[in-house]
Amino acid sequence: MEDFEDNEFDGPIKKFMYVNRKAPYGTVYALEGLEVVLITAAFDQDVCLVFVDDGVFQIKKDQETTGINMKNFSPTYRALEGYDVEKIYVEKESLESRGFSEDDLVIPVEILSSAEISELMDAQDVIVTF
Amino acid sequence: MALLHTVNKSPFERNVISDCLRLAKDGSAILLIEDGVYAALEGTSASDEITRRNGSIKFFALGPDIEARGLSEKSLIEGLTLVDYSGFVDLVEEYSSVQSWL
Amino acid sequence: MKFGILVNEGPFTHQASDSAYQFTKAAIEKGHEIVRVFFYHDGVNNSNKLADPPSDDRNVVKLWSDLAAEHGVELIVCVAAAMRRGINDDLLAAGFKISGLGQLVEAGIIGDRLVTFGD
Repeated sequence: MEDFEDNEFDGPIKKFMYVNRKAPYGTVYALEGLEVVLITAAFDQDVCLVFVDDGVFQIKKDQETTGINMKNFSPTYRALEGYDVEKIYVEKESLESRGFSEDDLVIPVEILSSAEISELMDAQDVIVTF
Repeated sequence: MALLHTVNKSPFERNVISDCLRLAKDGSAILLIEDGVYAALEGTSASDEITRRNGSIKFFALGPDIEARGLSEKSLIEGLTLVDYSGFVDLVEEYSSVQSWL
Repeated sequence: MKFGILVNEGPFTHQASDSAYQFTKAAIEKGHEIVRVFFYHDGVNNSNKLADPPSDDRNVVKLWSDLAAEHGVELIVCVAAAMRRGINDDLLAAGFKISGLGQLVEAGIIGDRLVTFGD
């Protein structure tokens, strides 16, 4: 990761939401999106992470990428807590429509309904989708 | 506080507009851009989904993208408003934040 | 109003960079301020000065360079994404600068709105 020291930027605290909508490995968005989340943590902003649609596949446990020779970045999600990124939400409808449950996930998350995710989304200053 | 959502995928190839509609609150706006403008066409297999939310969500489409794709003379969903890039900027200013449904 | 712009796709394959350019230009014409345009994912390829499209097509790289020259718009290319894709200072078209991902976050903090263009 790049170095970005705490408090390097002294400004207002904003509500950032990162919306993860894409599966890992097939495209690079999930991996590079995660890099943005980690950098944001250094700015002491109010960050939350939302997994909807195919984004829920990013945090499926038991990922084993040796066979495709790509970096398995799913353990990095477990490091988010250490970066003070603690608001991690998964949309119930996205999870269930894919035949998944909370037990399939690599990190503890808060499961929210579509309506609850919508409310949360509405209250953000900055929304970035990867 | 209400969001401006942008959708840039054809509803006949990807279901992004459905994903967006599922999480778009009443009072928000959806702007169709790029290949998303195909969702603006009236009477297609995709248009019911939009017309069902018509009134509670404001629908817009980017005129230059409509024209580029030869859709200027086609009937568009009732109540949908065409904007140019300047109008796109106004919408971004008017709503509290922008969610691009990539 | 202050706008931050995020471009996530390269030129020519996707319309994203064209849309972002048209939006940015319209915002400037309306008197808004562009905090910066940040290029991420394959968007870093928008900075490649070797791009040489046929003369009857628009040159997206040049359009961005011209916008930077005329209006002082800051064009920032993400260093990590650029390194992955072999973009370095020697390849940068006029007006582009390579910098860290923090510049994207900062654009979100300083700007009133962050608008993303991608696939």
